[in-house]
Amino acid sequence: MADLLQAPAGITVTINGRTVEAQKGELIIAVAERAGVFIPRFCYHPRMKSVGMCRMCLVEVSGPRGPSLQPACYVEVSEGQEIVTDSDAARKAQEGVIEYLLLNHPLDCPVCDKGGECPLQDQSMAYGPGESRFDEEKRHWAKPIEIGPLVLLDRERCIQCARCTRFAEEVAGEAFIDFAERGDRIEVAIFPGDPFDSYFAGNTIQICPVGALTATPYRFKSRPWDLEQVETTCTTCAVGCRIVAQSSAGSLVRHLGVDSEPVNQGWLCDRGRFGFEAVQAPGRLTQPLVRGENELVQTTWHEALSRVADAVTSALQGTGAEAVGVIGGSRLANEDAYAWVRLAKGVIGTDNFDAQLGDGLPASLVASLSRATIEETVAASTVIVLAGDLREDLPILHLRLRQAAANDGLRIIDCSPVASALSKVATWRPYRPGEAVELARSLVATETGDGVVVVLGRPSLGEPAAEIAAAAAVFASAWPQARFLPALRRANVHGAIDLGCAPGLLPGRVALEDGRAWFEEMWGKVPAVAGLDTAGMLEAAASGQLSTLVLLGADPLSDFPDRNLAKRALEHVDFVVAVDTVLNASSMLADVVLPAAGFAERAGTTTNIEGRVSRLAAKVVPPGVSRADWVIAAELAERLGADLGFESLDGIWSEIERVAPAYSGCTLEALAAPSAGDGIVVPLKSAPVGLSRRPRRLDPIATPGIESVEEQGAPLAAGAAMAPGGEPEATLVDEDDEAAAGDAVNGEDATLGRVTAANSATRRTVAPPGLLRFDPKDWPPLAAVPSQAGGTWRVVVRRSLYDHGTLVQSARSLGPLARPQELRLSPAELDRLGALAGDEVRVSSARGELVLAVAPDAAVPNGVGLLQFNAAPIYETSASALITHDAAFLEVSVEKVS
Amino acid sequence: MITKAPRIVTSRVGLDDSFTLERYLATGGYEALRKALSMSPADVAAEVNKASLLGRGGAGFPAGRKWSMLRQAPVRYLVVNGDESEPATFKDHILIERDPHQIIEGTAIAAYATGAAQAFIYCRGEFALGLERLQQACNEAYEHGALGADILGTGYGLDIVIHPGAGAYICGEETALLESLEGKRGFPRIKPPFFPAAVGLYGEPTVVNNVETVSNLPWIISNGADAFTALGEGSSSGTRLFALSGRVEHPGWFEIEMSKTTFRDLIYDPSLGGGIVGNGQLRAFIPGGVSAPWFGPEQLDLGLNQDAVGQAGSMLGSGSVVVMDSDSCPVRAAWRITQFFHRESCGQCTPCREGSGWIEKIMYRIEQGLGRDKDIDLVLDACDNISPGLSWPPKQTTICVLGPSIPSAVVSVAKMFRDEMLLHVKEGGCPFPADSVRRG
Repeated sequence: MADLLQAPAGITVTINGRTVEAQKGELIIAVAERAGVFIPRFCYHPRMKSVGMCRMCLVEVSGPRGPSLQPACYVEVSEGQEIVTDSDAARKAQEGVIEYLLLNHPLDCPVCDKGGECPLQDQSMAYGPGESRFDEEKRHWAKPIEIGPLVLLDRERCIQCARCTRFAEEVAGEAFIDFAERGDRIEVAIFPGDPFDSYFAGNTIQICPVGALTATPYRFKSRPWDLEQVETTCTTCAVGCRIVAQSSAGSLVRHLGVDSEPVNQGWLCDRGRFGFEAVQAPGRLTQPLVRGENELVQTTWHEALSRVADAVTSALQGTGAEAVGVIGGSRLANEDAYAWVRLAKGVIGTDNFDAQLGDGLPASLVASLSRATIEETVAASTVIVLAGDLREDLPILHLRLRQAAANDGLRIIDCSPVASALSKVATWRPYRPGEAVELARSLVATETGDGVVVVLGRPSLGEPAAEIAAAAAVFASAWPQARFLPALRRANVHGAIDLGCAPGLLPGRVALEDGRAWFEEMWGKVPAVAGLDTAGMLEAAASGQLSTLVLLGADPLSDFPDRNLAKRALEHVDFVVAVDTVLNASSMLADVVLPAAGFAERAGTTTNIEGRVSRLAAKVVPPGVSRADWVIAAELAERLGADLGFESLDGIWSEIERVAPAYSGCTLEALAAPSAGDGIVVPLKSAPVGLSRRPRRLDPIATPGIESVEEQGAPLAAGAAMAPGGEPEATLVDEDDEAAAGDAVNGEDATLGRVTAANSATRRTVAPPGLLRFDPKDWPPLAAVPSQAGGTWRVVVRRSLYDHGTLVQSARSLGPLARPQELRLSPAELDRLGALAGDEVRVSSARGELVLAVAPDAAVPNGVGLLQFNAAPIYETSASALITHDAAFLEVSVEKVS
Repeated sequence: MITKAPRIVTSRVGLDDSFTLERYLATGGYEALRKALSMSPADVAAEVNKASLLGRGGAGFPAGRKWSMLRQAPVRYLVVNGDESEPATFKDHILIERDPHQIIEGTAIAAYATGAAQAFIYCRGEFALGLERLQQACNEAYEHGALGADILGTGYGLDIVIHPGAGAYICGEETALLESLEGKRGFPRIKPPFFPAAVGLYGEPTVVNNVETVSNLPWIISNGADAFTALGEGSSSGTRLFALSGRVEHPGWFEIEMSKTTFRDLIYDPSLGGGIVGNGQLRAFIPGGVSAPWFGPEQLDLGLNQDAVGQAGSMLGSGSVVVMDSDSCPVRAAWRITQFFHRESCGQCTPCREGSGWIEKIMYRIEQGLGRDKDIDLVLDACDNISPGLSWPPKQTTICVLGPSIPSAVVSVAKMFRDEMLLHVKEGGCPFPADSVRRG
């Protein structure tokens, strides 16, 4: 321990005769890489422990007994060491390893997905002997074999580098694959009857240095030299993993994770990796639709927009702006969300706007809590998780937390009525549904709270958000220094909230009243009164007070926890307009459906759980006449007589940066800086730009498939931190650039887009409003929770990653992976019910009843049940049929169906 | 020279009931443990260090020094390696089956001296009878009070677990053995850390000693280090158990005083090997197991001394001596050895995993008469990529020493019997008798 506490000692080594500075404990391979010397490798991966198996990185290292061949991936540098990577001995060893690796390799490169981006191919060319002296029969295996629903294994191509098995065990903690047999009969294998059912399985394909692991959705789809690519941000959940989206012949064919140090470190979940299939789903909307006699019929944009404008105008002339509501916005990019907020709040004048569907947390809570980044969270002294199962909701956040707990000793307290995937590496503190506040009180009584980060989400859709908000208030008032990482899951929900897609909020984390003067000056108009959230809007619609409802990529019938209310609302509301990429249960009932551009069809920015703003890039063309959401908002505004002045995404971003206080200083220049490849966390801590770094890795072997595509003529565009030139980039903006970026905040740079009269900085007479501040008094606990009646169960309702939501079901490969609905009870209680796994039970709540299969689950305590939200098939078995949205918890009785 | 040295580890082996507690107690069993427990652990260790007890597992590292390298830690382990699996090696097999109590007693003494909290005896799984007897001896030792919480009334406590291997030669490599003992795949650990004494079983400092090594301990404690060093020469003290096989009249095990006895004595003396079968000519012999380079008639007068054999370019290794006569095909012998290593490579390192199979294939085709002249250089170069320079002691491109063990036989046959190899090629088949291995 003692030497760990000392400051890292400087060491000097020589590599190929050059003197190089290094730190104690660094690996030779990493030091060499920094010095620009590439050492060939297969099994080494910078994000996993070294195993020294492939022996490709043997270099000559001086030692007490003269130079010897040592694995550079494993041996640490020591003072005065002389390292030679290209001596005759090292070269012979490297050639020998390549020759050995190719002995039993099938060399079927022409039909291999990896051909053209294959580290084995590339390094055979660079370091191999050039010809084989092997003329016997190669080893043969049946191939490919399906080891999981998305992963195929070709054992003949495998070079036994253990990257996949290490990833599964070390990173994902889901060791479904391991080596079987030994010697040259060794093979990667699953356990009999136990497939590679991991949400993270796709990462093994990405890091496989040969074509042994291939993805069912990508197999034979393209060759690397036919690919084009952009770096962008995944929006299948709110973690905001950096990815490269690759397309061929105008279609997305593959996503690869980019090694973004603060966020995903190269990893992706399979929903993010393969979710792009939804972009190209056969059901994509290509034309505006309007309701004809009965059904929806195709029409023109002109006709569709006129109908919407007429409906809004008549609502305004009738009840007023309060009769118009907008639900949704999380699917949108920041610029889109801002455009819609300006349309709704600044043009129409309604504050009825909610990006969440009653399945998240109050927006003003999320916007006001002191925020932690993911990096700060994994480095915290204690992390309290009060959220759903993060592996289901925010998989890569789960991965980061699990790794930190399992490998670095991070202390996690997992507060959840039902054990989660994280509980295995955490202290599980179960609480009874409805009693989160009591648990919070007992935690603040026993924990010091020093360096605490609370990951705050919605543990169960069967409990109201107000309960979790009250629990957060308990933490925040007991520990004023505590920070929070919100765990809302849906795409750009945090950007949407930040930009005002929430009742009572204006863009930039500003309360409606605080920002009234400022935004009146900017926009000319601000809602007169605070509006309703989704539950409020649905109730108002059901009772006839809300006449026009805009569904902005929202499906309340599927996603609002209380389907009964959602159904009544949609039946009673006069006019529904849906803006979406595909038809869903709710938009099928709409009067007008407007087709929107989807992921990778439009650029912009997105904001993740941390408040990290990163850039989205367009790679493919939107289908039919579908349009970006901001264009739709601008067109509608025009039909309502207002010119938003939007002409480009850059122009909208400049306006956001100017008017939204939390985004101040996050300029286009700052976002486009090469060193901002990992995005910029808002609000900026220090003016004008606090840039994160992303040094270019000189390791094309870690993620085969990005640099190789780049080298073959498809440089990364938009948001790329990796420039096509191939030179390492400066990692910090120099002072002049920072100053220039700062000037642009206040300047009127005409290149940033048209400065409209309404938001011209020269006419500012009011000071910008302050950011929303957290006040525990705003979040009082609910009335005392009644005790549990005998013979009932309190049911936890959670999301699962593969559900029957629009995205998963539109993705060809993911849709079939959704599990059927079942009620999970503790094994003891299943016995008491006299039921066996798979037996049908009737589950009755105050709201409704369902007949479901029952399953034993040791993670579920007695008296508690577990249901999935949005499980198949929706209308028969969705848990939303049971939930009353404002009840303190979901209580059910269960009886066996004879 | 055949000396009158006492049989240290095989004193009971000829007896029908050698493995029973009764016989063990009747022949002074567990008295050495009692004596050791009356000494301080440091004194026991000092005595063993003074005895210059070289490790009998193959590497020949002095046991006393190994113990002294143990890292200070609250928990330390002792592991006894009984995974003897090399072809023609059967010395530990004899000790495990015939004198298991001696191993238990030696283990207890070693554990006491090293401060081990717990000891494990890892025994080759195929030793069905040996495992049974070892477990029975262990149970009897508990009943007798020689193991457990209060050993022989001294207050010292030790538990021993007998752990059967699952059929992998590589688990005799000490770090692979530790992985296997932890319930993982038998993959040798990457070095550094070089010694289990620093990071061993479950990450704790661990001593790994061979079965024969610990079997020497009761005698050393009872008779003193001086009596032990009076036997042998130089650092090679005491006696050693040799497994003699191949084309000799009396194959079997022989416990011989180190250094004094020569290979010629071992192979030809009527009381030992009894000479070559049918008064034939010795062609070559393997002095220390199949990973050792071979010797020819000119090395017959070397003493069975670790350093001398090392200087001559091979090793005493696992104590198995295999004799080939003029009817033995050296190419076939080398091929069979490569076949063994091919089957037993763990599969971690590319050179060993892939090289072992290729080398076997080349050796096979040479032996079958399907080879080409250039195959000899090819197979040597393939060997060179596992053990650069093909020198002795070997260099390696692999994690463990299984890799550089593969070339020994190939290099030996290429060096000593190149003409015979070329004859295979020229005649399109093996010029030696079909199978000269004695059956029965």
